Amino acid sequence: MNQHFTASVDTTDPTHGRPDASQDVVRLVELKRRFGVTAALDGVSLTVRKGEILGIIGRSGAGKSTLIRCLNGLERPDSGEVFIEGREISRLGERDLQPLRRRIGMIFQHFNLLSAKTVEDNVALPLKIEGRPKAERLARAAELLDLVGLSEKAKAYPASLSGGQKQRVGIARALAARPALLLSDEATSALDPETTRSILALLKDINRQLGLTILLITHEMEVIRSIADRVAVIDAGRIVEEGPVWSVFADPRSDITRSLLGAIRPQLPAELAARLVPGAGAETILRVDVAGEAARGPLLSDLAAIVPGPFRLVHGGIDHIQEQPVGTLFLSVPGSDARHLAEVITFLKSRQARVEVLGHVAHPV
Amino acid sequence: MSPILFELLLRSIWETVLMTAASGLISLVFGLPLGLALVATDRGGIAESLWVNRALGAVINGFRSVPFIILLVALIPVTRLIVGTSIGTWAAIVPLSIAATPYYARIAEVSLREVDHGLVEAARAMGGNRWTIIREVLVPEALPGIVAGFTVTLVTLIGASAMAGAIGAGGLGDLAIRYGYQRFETSVMIAVVIVLIILVCGIQWAGDRLVARLDRRA
Repeated sequence: MNQHFTASVDTTDPTHGRPDASQDVVRLVELKRRFGVTAALDGVSLTVRKGEILGIIGRSGAGKSTLIRCLNGLERPDSGEVFIEGREISRLGERDLQPLRRRIGMIFQHFNLLSAKTVEDNVALPLKIEGRPKAERLARAAELLDLVGLSEKAKAYPASLSGGQKQRVGIARALAARPALLLSDEATSALDPETTRSILALLKDINRQLGLTILLITHEMEVIRSIADRVAVIDAGRIVEEGPVWSVFADPRSDITRSLLGAIRPQLPAELAARLVPGAGAETILRVDVAGEAARGPLLSDLAAIVPGPFRLVHGGIDHIQEQPVGTLFLSVPGSDARHLAEVITFLKSRQARVEVLGHVAHPV
Repeated sequence: MSPILFELLLRSIWETVLMTAASGLISLVFGLPLGLALVATDRGGIAESLWVNRALGAVINGFRSVPFIILLVALIPVTRLIVGTSIGTWAAIVPLSIAATPYYARIAEVSLREVDHGLVEAARAMGGNRWTIIREVLVPEALPGIVAGFTVTLVTLIGASAMAGAIGAGGLGDLAIRYGYQRFETSVMIAVVIVLIILVCGIQWAGDRLVARLDRRA
C-alpha cells in the first residue's frame, strides 16, 4: 500500500542545505500566533520527517491545539511559515487549502463523527468530498473498516458504538483519502487506559504498515512513550525541548518536561525520600540516570571492581523505550568517607551516567 | 347540524388545510435557507459576515414583532401584487407565509446552531467547502430539530389562519366566529374545536414520529 503515500515534494523549495530535507512532510518556521494578549505560538520551528511519529506534549493552554490546527489551515499564523510536503500553505486561501487538506487526515479527542450517517458513510465522507463514485467509496470504506477491525459495524450509527470504536471509525475516516500525514488532536484523551492502549497500538500499526507520518498532540507522557519516535515539549507557545523519546525520557532538560514526566520517571520511595536530610549523614543517596549505549555496559559490576569500597542499590530499574535501555538507579554510599563518594561519582560520570546527590540519611536504610 | 352547515364545515376544513399547507411549505422553502444564512454569517460561522447577520436579524425581528392581524391588513398591496386579489383563501396565503418564514427561520436557526462545532471542523479538515458542510453536516445533523420546528410552525399556522377570515379567506376560525359565535350555533363551535384538536394532534403526532425516525443521536 506504500505507493499511495509517496509524497510529492516541491523541489523549488529552499531546503536550507539539509540533505534529508526532502523527507520532511512538515516544516514549521518561526510560527507565531496571538489571541489577544496571550501568545499561543511564540516562534515555533519544527520538522516532521516522512514516516515518523512525532509527539507534541504540553499542558493545556500551552499552544498545542493552535499548532496542530496551523498544519491544515484551520488556524492561520500571524507570522512564520508552514511547509507541507515542501509547499508553503499559511497564506493560501480557503479554496486552495481544500485539496491540500485532503492530503492530511485528522482525528479528534471527541471523535467528531456525524451522528446522522452510518459508520461506513462516515468513513466514506472524505471520498465523497473528493467526488469519488459511490461504489469506490463503499469499497474503500469496507477496506478501512476491516483495517480497524470494525467490519461488522458498517451499517451501525455512531451512537451505538463505544468510545474506542468511535475513535477507530475516526481513524478509518482519516485514512480514507490516503493522506500523506495524520494529525491526532488528543485522540486518546477521552478514552480509558485500556482503550487508549489499543488505539495507540492501532496507530503504531498503521504507521508501520502504511509508512504513514503521524503528528500527535497530547498532555499524557504515556502516549508519547508508547508510540512516538520523537517528542517536542511545548510550553507557553515555545518548543522547550525536542529529541528522540528515549533520550528526552532519560535526560529531561526542562522543568516542564520533568513535571510532565512526573510519575513515569522512577522516584525514590516516599518513606525513604522523607528521611533525606541536606547535611551529612551515615549514608549518601545518589540518583543515577543512564541510558542508551551507556546503559548496555556492566556499570555496577565495573563500579565494584574499579572503585574499592561499599555501595548498595536501594531502588531503581531499567526500562526500555524505543528499544533503548533507560535506567534509573538509586545508590546508597557510606557518607563517612568523602573521597570514596567522590570517586564513585567520578566513575559513574565517566561512564556517561548522570549523577545527582539527593541527600543523606542519618541511619542506614 | 344541518347538511348545509356540514358542507360549510367541510369547506372550511379544506380552506384551513390549504392555507396551512401552502404557507407552511413556503416558510420551509424560504425559512430554512434564511436560518442557515443566520448561522453561517454569525461570528465563527462558515461564511462569517456580521454586517449581513445583523441586517438579516433586524428584518426578521421586524416582521416577527408585527401582530399577525396587522400584517394581514398591511400586506394587502403586496398580496394584490402577487395573487392579483386581496380577498380569499389564496390571498391569505401571502401574509401567512410572510409571517411564518421569519418565525421558522428562527426555529431552524436554533437547531442548526446546536450542531457541534467539532463536526464542522472535521468536515473542513477533510477538505469540505461550505456547500459540503451545509449538505453533509449542518442540515443532516440538525434535521430532527428542523422537522420538529416545522411541526411547531404548522400548528402555529393553523392558529394564525383563524384570523384570515378578516380578509375573507374562510377557514375554520372564520366559521367558528360567524356561525358558532355570532349566530349562536353552538354545535358548529363544538365541531370546529373538535376538528382543530384532531388537526393539531395529527400534525404533532406525525411530526414526532418523523423526528423519532430521523434522530440517530442516542
